Amino acid sequence: MKKFFTSFNFILLLLVCNILVFISSRQKGLSIVLTAKNYLFEMFSILPPIIIIIGLFDVWMPKKVIERSMGRSSGLKGILVAIFMGTAAMGPLYVAFPVGISLIKKGASLFNTTIFLCVWASIKIPMILFEIKFLGPDFAGLRLALTIPSIIIISLLLTIILNRSHCYEKI
Amino acid sequence: MFVLIIWIVATLCLVASFLNNKEKTMNSLKVAWKFFRSMALPVLIIIWIIGFLLSFLSPEIISKTVGQEAGLRGVVFSALFGSIVLIQAFIAFPLAGSLLRQGANISAIAAFVTTLVMVGIVTAPLEVKFLGRQFTFWRNFLSFIFAVIIALIMGAVLG
Repeated sequence: MKKFFTSFNFILLLLVCNILVFISSRQKGLSIVLTAKNYLFEMFSILPPIIIIIGLFDVWMPKKVIERSMGRSSGLKGILVAIFMGTAAMGPLYVAFPVGISLIKKGASLFNTTIFLCVWASIKIPMILFEIKFLGPDFAGLRLALTIPSIIIISLLLTIILNRSHCYEKI
Repeated sequence: MFVLIIWIVATLCLVASFLNNKEKTMNSLKVAWKFFRSMALPVLIIIWIIGFLLSFLSPEIISKTVGQEAGLRGVVFSALFGSIVLIQAFIAFPLAGSLLRQGANISAIAAFVTTLVMVGIVTAPLEVKFLGRQFTFWRNFLSFIFAVIIALIMGAVLG
């Protein structure tokens, strides 16, 4: 059953649907293909340079460097380092969880670690480029400008809540 | 223009990296290629789905579910949707952009994109395993609330 839901079968399914639509209405069937084609061109005009940047980040910013430089820095410098490291690191958020716990073990504060995790999740340089392309510079810029203070407030509240319930020691 | 700048920046970075360390640069290209291969089919699928969506969903329907007419309900609905689904932002941005062009509300799209990256219900068990129940609950809960706030501000400013 698992094998059934592969990407390839999904594409076959879409192809069959598209052909069925085409048979019932030529115009609709064609419009699906043309819209998809336009988006495909848009996508491939920007995807190659972005994955090159991703590859470069991955090689020049390995997790070890991140752990080392975030370990003991604190205060405003700690916040800046956490933000910088979070944006430069690559990979989905669940890759960051083990990094987060090892940061705490190495002496980074809960506050900085939370900032780091939230930034890792939401602010990525290649992602911002992508967002500008598809949603516009106003949208991407304003969202970024609102996200950074939100992350700092979220991390502050989280630290207060967890310290009050004394479960910081547990993690 | 924007695309051209990115191409230039990426090329310059690649050249600088290559002059610094050939081996690392080749590795980075391998990483990039791997990433591309893992992305290619999902990208094709979502782009095709966008084709279907834009051909069948009229702007009226989009407006009713995530547009001006839907109001706050549409924003919360989009935020919940973004929290639940686990898709790469790479795939989500074109989809979000196409909905925006078809008349979706800026707030709804902002809520979807923000919770998509910040709130993860599917990945929560993993987060609990590493960082604990309390941390996971509060991080996701606070992120959700702030995503809605960000969305509403964006709607007010850009809408």
